[in-house]
Amino acid sequence: MITPSMLRYAAASATRQTRRHYGSAAATATTGQAAEKTFDKILIANRGEIACRVIRTAKRMGIKTVAVYSDADANAVFVREADEAYRVGPAASSQSYLNVAAIMDAIKQSGAQAVHPGYGFLSENAGFVRELDAAGVAFIGPKEDAMAAMGDKIQSKIIAKKAGVNTIPGYDGVVRDAEHAVEIAEEIGYPVMLKASAGGGGKGMRIAHTAQDVRSGFKLAADEALSSFGDGRILVERFIEEPRHIEIQIIADGRGNVLWLPERECSIQRRNQKVIEEAPSTHLDPDTRRRMGEQAVALARNVGYNSAGTVEFLVDKHRNFYFLEMNTRLQVEHPITEYVTGLDLVEEMIRAAAGLELTTTEQGAVRMDGWAIEARVYAEDPEKYLPSIGTLSRYQEPRSWRQAGDVRCDSGISEGSEISMYYDPMICKLSTHGATRAQAIETMQHALDRYVIRGVTHNIPLLRDVVGNADFGAGRITTAFLGEHYPHGFKGYRLTRESAFELATTAAAIEFVRRARDGAQTGTQASFVVRVPQLQDDGSVARLESTVHLQLANASGEAALQGTNAFVATATNPLADGAAATRETSVTWTVDHPFIETSGGSTLQFLTGLPLGMRVQFMGTKFDVDVVTQRQHELLQHMRAEEAVDTSRLVLAPMPGVIVSVAVAAGDTVAEGEEVAVVEAMKMQNVLRAPRAGVVKTVHVAAGATVGGEDVLIELED
Amino acid sequence: MFSATYLARRSLATHSRQRLSASLTQHRFYAIANTKDAEIKARIDEKRQASLIGGGQSRIDAQHSKGKLTARERIDLLVDPGTFREYDAFVEHQCTDFGMSSQKITGDGVVTGVGKINGRTTYLFSQDFTSFGGSLSKTFAAKVCKIMDKAMQVGAPVVGLNDSGGARIQEGVDSLAGYAEIFQRNVLASGVVPQISLIMGPCAGGAVYSPALTDFTFMVRGTSYLFVTGPDVVKAVTNENVTQEELGGATPHTKKSGVAHDAFENDVVALARTRELLSYLPQSNRETAAPRYTADPIDRADAALDTLVPADSHKAYDIKDVVGRIVDDARFFEIMPEYARNIVIGFARVGGRSVGIVGNQPLVSSGVLDIDASVKAARFVRFCDAFNIPLVTFVDVPGFLPGTQQEHNGIIREGAKLLYAYAEATVPKIAVTTRKAYGGAQCVMSSKQLRGDVNLAWPTAELAVMGAKGAVEILWRRDPEGRAQAEAEYNRLFANPLPAAQRGYLDDIITPSSTRQRIIEELEILQHKKLSNPAKKHDNMPL
Repeated sequence: MITPSMLRYAAASATRQTRRHYGSAAATATTGQAAEKTFDKILIANRGEIACRVIRTAKRMGIKTVAVYSDADANAVFVREADEAYRVGPAASSQSYLNVAAIMDAIKQSGAQAVHPGYGFLSENAGFVRELDAAGVAFIGPKEDAMAAMGDKIQSKIIAKKAGVNTIPGYDGVVRDAEHAVEIAEEIGYPVMLKASAGGGGKGMRIAHTAQDVRSGFKLAADEALSSFGDGRILVERFIEEPRHIEIQIIADGRGNVLWLPERECSIQRRNQKVIEEAPSTHLDPDTRRRMGEQAVALARNVGYNSAGTVEFLVDKHRNFYFLEMNTRLQVEHPITEYVTGLDLVEEMIRAAAGLELTTTEQGAVRMDGWAIEARVYAEDPEKYLPSIGTLSRYQEPRSWRQAGDVRCDSGISEGSEISMYYDPMICKLSTHGATRAQAIETMQHALDRYVIRGVTHNIPLLRDVVGNADFGAGRITTAFLGEHYPHGFKGYRLTRESAFELATTAAAIEFVRRARDGAQTGTQASFVVRVPQLQDDGSVARLESTVHLQLANASGEAALQGTNAFVATATNPLADGAAATRETSVTWTVDHPFIETSGGSTLQFLTGLPLGMRVQFMGTKFDVDVVTQRQHELLQHMRAEEAVDTSRLVLAPMPGVIVSVAVAAGDTVAEGEEVAVVEAMKMQNVLRAPRAGVVKTVHVAAGATVGGEDVLIELED
Repeated sequence: MFSATYLARRSLATHSRQRLSASLTQHRFYAIANTKDAEIKARIDEKRQASLIGGGQSRIDAQHSKGKLTARERIDLLVDPGTFREYDAFVEHQCTDFGMSSQKITGDGVVTGVGKINGRTTYLFSQDFTSFGGSLSKTFAAKVCKIMDKAMQVGAPVVGLNDSGGARIQEGVDSLAGYAEIFQRNVLASGVVPQISLIMGPCAGGAVYSPALTDFTFMVRGTSYLFVTGPDVVKAVTNENVTQEELGGATPHTKKSGVAHDAFENDVVALARTRELLSYLPQSNRETAAPRYTADPIDRADAALDTLVPADSHKAYDIKDVVGRIVDDARFFEIMPEYARNIVIGFARVGGRSVGIVGNQPLVSSGVLDIDASVKAARFVRFCDAFNIPLVTFVDVPGFLPGTQQEHNGIIREGAKLLYAYAEATVPKIAVTTRKAYGGAQCVMSSKQLRGDVNLAWPTAELAVMGAKGAVEILWRRDPEGRAQAEAEYNRLFANPLPAAQRGYLDDIITPSSTRQRIIEELEILQHKKLSNPAKKHDNMPL
């Protein structure tokens, strides 16, 4: 069921797609509560999608918005969408988005009455909240003491225990050293988890099955904790097997109202970072849900919590649940909760910060409508999770499908935007909603297929594969899902007999239509040999070969360059021992446009034509498909494979010039597209970028050196 | 509008193909039914058979083992299936010296004829390395000349597939005369019908000059060589040790000499790409290139163009990103992608219409004009002008490259070629200045005064004699103190498109995102443009 608030989002998203009309959103989309006074102007101390997200609600509530931005974000979408914007420093976030003094200046200059911190950056920085208090500016989040109490993992666990919240068996104090850790581990029983006291996001975490594991893991975890958080303190606790990460969203105001909202399951994680989240969870029954909710509320009450927050639990397979931590901010994955409850969490936060009541104060009135899923679309390689940097040369977000508002994109970028190395490489949070989980999944598959992102490597292939996975479909998920399903790393969508047939015949049909456009296809029949590459676990590429005969079955007798072409396709299937099958199939496509709809219900993306075929995206994965005539196929046998010269690990000087700067040193890890050096020629500075992610092996030049064209400047490890 | 034209053209192509195959069948039937003498019939069959296998199976196998296709296999892939009509299959050489009278191969080392490429008539010859090493005899040359003459009369392109050991030494001066006959026809056909050469094996000595006279030369990587004298002679004369690949392979010719316009990974790809290139070209100088159906909207505004040029004028960007965002379906057939990369040339379509694109490339040496870039672009501009292909030029040029290397090698003469080419061109010329247009180079790059039809600029454009820094250093030579202020003043006055627009040197200043629509609309208006140069025997461009 679609709630009014979801429709509000649909309206806001639609407005974002045609940005020039954005300003009218606040005027048209008012709610009953908007009449109550909150703030005239708020500042958003964040960037990217979450800044856009907060601006959207503020506009709807008739509140003016102020953005702060770093030099790297001067042209960003959130800067354009805010009513005012202030520069707070250079690209590095330590000098801009974490620069409290500069942000305080922006608050002063703009006259903002409140600050929404988003997530990350200053969102859980108690010192920042203190400064705001001193300046008489409201913080749209919890009170400083509640934040401080929950910010420290050791302290939060103690408070949770006191509040009657289930906690994982473990040691509450600071672990002195490795031997102490072993002692504790022996007491609570293996396996145990070592983790950073100040941490989050998986950094500084180690699992230990033996005393030896504890000894070696302790040092590594402590070192990592120290370098990541400047705090080397380590916790030891029981490691929960077959764990699922399930969290309870709570909302509270300063007037004693604390509500728990339906849970979010965030078990699909890579390296302890969430990838796919859903609400509710398939794992909980109403009783467990209620008990978790009540414990979360008890904890919030105990610390006098007065904003939106999240209590994270680990849930084992018997539905025992244990408190993990409480996040005292708006969570990244909040959109799915908004989908199922119909609430606007940013609105609730703003109201609470202004001293108003929540829009809903009765626990019994909290709704749980249908199912919502969120997929985090990242600019990263889905096999090794290495970030990719660059310009989004093509960018098109999917739109609503079966119902208005059933697809939601929280993003802060547009075509031509830069994914920079300075910040989180998230492109978008893609959320879908359906009356049932199956519908939400189907909508997610459709939306991922219709998401156009070019210019950077992205993880849609992985997301698409997970939401198409049978275990995922059945709700059989744990936090180890990705490691278990892709033990050698994700290698791309694995074709099945059925999908191999569909891909081969669709590629042949595309070729048929393109040839018809070019005047090369006459008559109503054609035979092609189609070869599809399939990456194997060992890294080798298998070429699946199929012979496809097409008989055009359009009533007109001619191929249509726009619209649907019906074929009778007979194809040999390499995944069915070469057995041939004949089927009626149709392909709906405007020649050379991105989306191809098949009668089999799939959406493919046409990426580009190749001399002997095409590049398409199918089930999220890119395939370079050879489509050749029988004669080309026969004669290709005589062609020698070109010796592949692997230049991908070399950075060459593109022209003679002078090295202005070198940004890396041997041993550094670089992301694909990351700046490695700058060469100046003819007074023009050219940024040279890493051809792929990896570790720098050798740097052959230094700043000031004169180089010739094609000189090797930097080598990466193999 | 294009779809109607397109459909009409397609059904015409279908029709003529059906007619062609029908007449082929009749022809065979006639030949057999009326030949009463069984012995003659057998001899005809035998010769026909012989012509099909060229130098025989073992040589065909040798050709394949080198990763090369045979002359006939190449034709199979070049033309639409079933459309090749061969001429002169029965030709044999007339040479009697050195025991040649006993060595005859029917067809004599080259397959010639006519076929359809994407439904359009194309003449072609395919040298057969399995027959006498593809060496050129008098009769071989005559076969090639015959189809070139026909192509001129009919008005259809000529594609030559080269794979030859060179002159047939046994024939002496007859072979050389044969080359010269071909050269003469290459020159007469130049600017009348498009001529394309594919180098798919050796091409050495005098043979190289036929491809050099044609419009486009493409090579196959690893299997093709072009040189006037081979490594042995080089060693004997200059004592230099060099391999065939180093001397005349695809790499030196696509990167250093600029003799070849591109190279492809193998025969199959090279032939597929040649078919693609021909789709951008008209059949002859009597026609315009056929429009092609596109579903890419004419009014597609590309917002990313508005932020593509970096605010800092010392930061580079890729002009090919600009081109890709403006043309139909982001398809750009680049010519000479590896040579003089500071300028980009190639074919694309806008609103279905074929255009020649020229763009300075800020990514390479700031897009400066040097000798190689000037010559590369000049020849391309002249090709487009000869064949009625409108020119769309993207200007971002800091000037001509300074230095003794350039001056002593004749940047004055070579740079003048590009100036000359733009000035004499009468096809529709649209220029879009994206950023810098400085000095003499500004005049050269399709400027208003060189009869530019529509000269547009983005708001980021700076049309000036030079950049602020250089100008101030000259004007304030004796007053270093005042330079900073003067530089700011210069930038305010000149580092924008207004001065040029106020004088009418620019027709308009446009939003980058509207460039595609603007170009399509202007070309539509200009499609019947009439402009001719004064009558003369021929011009005298600075060679």
